[in-house]
Amino acid sequence: MSTATRDEQPLLRVRDLTVGFTTAAGETNVVKHLDFDLARGGALGIVGESGSGKSMTSLAVMGLLPKGAKRTGSIELDGTELTTLRERQMQAVRGDRIAMVFQDPLSSLNPYYTVGTQIMEAYRSHRTGVTRRAARKIAIEAMERVHIKDAARRVDHYPHQFSGGMRQRVMIAMTLSMEPDLIIADEPTTALDVTVQAQILDLLAEIRRDTGAGLILITHDLAVVSEVADHIVVMRDGDLVEQGPAERIFCDPQADYTRMLLDAVPRIDDEIGLLRTTSTEETR
Amino acid sequence: MIRFLVNRLLGMAVVLFLVCLFTYVIFFVLSPDPAVQICGKNCTPEAIDQLRANLGLDRPFWAQFWTFLTGLFAGRTYGTGANAIECAAPCLGYSFQTSQPVTDMILQRLPVSATVAIGAAVLWLLAGVSAGLLSAVKEGKFADRFITGLTLTGMSIPNYVLALSLQFLLVVTLGWLPFPQAVPFSEDPAQWFANFLMPWIVLSIGAAAVYTRLTRANVIETLQENYVRTARAKGLSPGLVWRRHALRPALTPIVTIFGMDFAGLLGGALITETVFGLNGVGKLAADSITKNDQPVIMGVTLLAAFLVVVGNMVVDLLYTAIDPRVRVGSAT
Repeated sequence: MSTATRDEQPLLRVRDLTVGFTTAAGETNVVKHLDFDLARGGALGIVGESGSGKSMTSLAVMGLLPKGAKRTGSIELDGTELTTLRERQMQAVRGDRIAMVFQDPLSSLNPYYTVGTQIMEAYRSHRTGVTRRAARKIAIEAMERVHIKDAARRVDHYPHQFSGGMRQRVMIAMTLSMEPDLIIADEPTTALDVTVQAQILDLLAEIRRDTGAGLILITHDLAVVSEVADHIVVMRDGDLVEQGPAERIFCDPQADYTRMLLDAVPRIDDEIGLLRTTSTEETR
Repeated sequence: MIRFLVNRLLGMAVVLFLVCLFTYVIFFVLSPDPAVQICGKNCTPEAIDQLRANLGLDRPFWAQFWTFLTGLFAGRTYGTGANAIECAAPCLGYSFQTSQPVTDMILQRLPVSATVAIGAAVLWLLAGVSAGLLSAVKEGKFADRFITGLTLTGMSIPNYVLALSLQFLLVVTLGWLPFPQAVPFSEDPAQWFANFLMPWIVLSIGAAAVYTRLTRANVIETLQENYVRTARAKGLSPGLVWRRHALRPALTPIVTIFGMDFAGLLGGALITETVFGLNGVGKLAADSITKNDQPVIMGVTLLAAFLVVVGNMVVDLLYTAIDPRVRVGSAT
C-alpha cells in the first residue's frame, strides 16, 4: 500500500451495473443499476434468493456472462476499467487477478484430468516459461495451503477420487496458486454438508487473512455471510435492496426485505412458529 | 483392472456361446434337412441316411451341437474310414454348394470387406466429426442449419439408392470413374482405388450423418458443462478451453459407437458389396442366403457376432484408457 490514492481507491468499484437479456417477450434486466465497492482486503457478501441477480453480478465482473447477455455500467478493478477490455486482455485478468470458486465442485472440475493438471494449467497459461516441474510444485504447495493432506500424492488424483469438501478445497487451491487480488466465491458451500461448510468458510477467511486478497461471497444463506463478510449487499429481483457494514445489516436492517431474510434464519432460541416466506405482498 | 478384464472376457464367452447356440438351432434344427438338399433330386433314402450319418445329423441335438463347438476350437472329422474328411479348426463345416470349407471361403473374402470397412470408417469419421464440430461452433447459424439438413438427407437415403445413383452418375453419365474391375492393389493402385471409392462413399454417408449429429450434440452439451466455465474463469485461451476441456469429453462417446459400427461393418456390407459386385463377406452372405447354403450363412453370422463382441470388448478397454472415472476407483 504505497500511496494514499491507492489506499483510498477501492479494490473493486462497481457503478450502475446492469445486465439484461433480450428475449421473445422483450428486454429483461436481471441486474439493475447496481453500485458497490469492495475495499482492499475486504470481504463483501452479496445476499439474495434465487433469481436475485447475484450470480449474474459475479459473472459480469468476470466477463463470463452467457451468450446474449448485455452488460452496461462500469466495473473497475484497481482503477482499471474492465468493461472496455478486449477479450484477450480480460483473459489475462481472469484467473490471475480475479479468481472464482463455483458452487458445485464436482461438476466444476473436469473429470478427465488430475486435479494437479487443472491447478497447473491455470498457472502455466498465465506465467510463461514455467516448467512442468515448477508448476507441479506450485500445485502441491497450493494444495497444502488448503490443508489437503498428502498433497504430493493427491496431486495426481482425479476429481472423483476426492470427497465434496476436498473438491472444493481443490477449487480454492486452484485460485490460490495464482495469488489473485480478488476471489469471487459463488455459493461455495451450498453443495456441501454443514460441518464441511464451516471448514470451507474458515479456509476462505484464513486465505483472506494470509494473502490480503479481497473476497466476494455470493450466497442465499445469511448465516454464511455473517461468518465471513464485513460488508453486505442485499439484492432482490436484480435490484439493490440495501447495503452496509455487516453489523448494521444484522442489527439494524433498514429494508423490510432484509428483515424478512433475517427472520428466515432459524435460531435455536426461536419460538416455533410458521415458516415465513418472502412473498411480494408483504414487502411491497 | 484384472478383475474387470476377467469379467469382460467371461461375459464375452457367454455371449458368443449363446450366439452359437441360437444360430445352430435356427440353421440346423428349424431349417429343412440339409441331407436332402445336398443329395439333390435323384436321391435314394439310403443315400440320404448315409449323408445324415456323415454329417452327424442322426445324433441327438446336444451331441451335434457339442461336435460343432469342438469343431470350432479343435477341428472335427466328417464320416469314418476311407471317406473321412478332416476339417481343421476353426471348422465351420463345408459349403453345400461348393463343398469348400466355410472357414476358407470367409477368409478369402475378409480382406475385401476389411478394405471396404476401413476406407468407409476413415471417411465417415473425418466427415462426421468435422461437420459436427463446425455445426456446433456455428450453432443456430446458416452453416449449422445447412449441415443439419444434409444429415437428414444422408440418413434418409437408402444405401442401394445411393449406390445405384452414384454408379449411374459417376461411371455412366460423367465417366469420372472407370467401370469397376477387380484388380489387386499391387497391380494397378489407381484402378483399385477407383473400385473402392464408391463403396466407401456409399457406406460412409449414413454413418457420417449420424456422427455429425452426435458430435454436434456432444460438443454443444459439453460447452454447457460447469468445468468449461471453470476453464474460462481460469483465464485459459478459447483454443485451450476447446481443445482440452470441450473436445475430449465430447468425443469420448464417439469412440464407443465407432467401435461397434466398425466391427459390424467388418462382418460384411451386404447391400453395398452386392450392388458393387465386391467379393466380400457381405456378398458371400447374400449369395449363400439365396442358395440356402446353411453352413456358409451360419459361418458368416457367427463371424459378424464375433466381431461385434470383440469390437465391444476393445471399446471397453479403450474406455478405461480414456476415462479416468472407469480406470481408477472413486474416493479414497
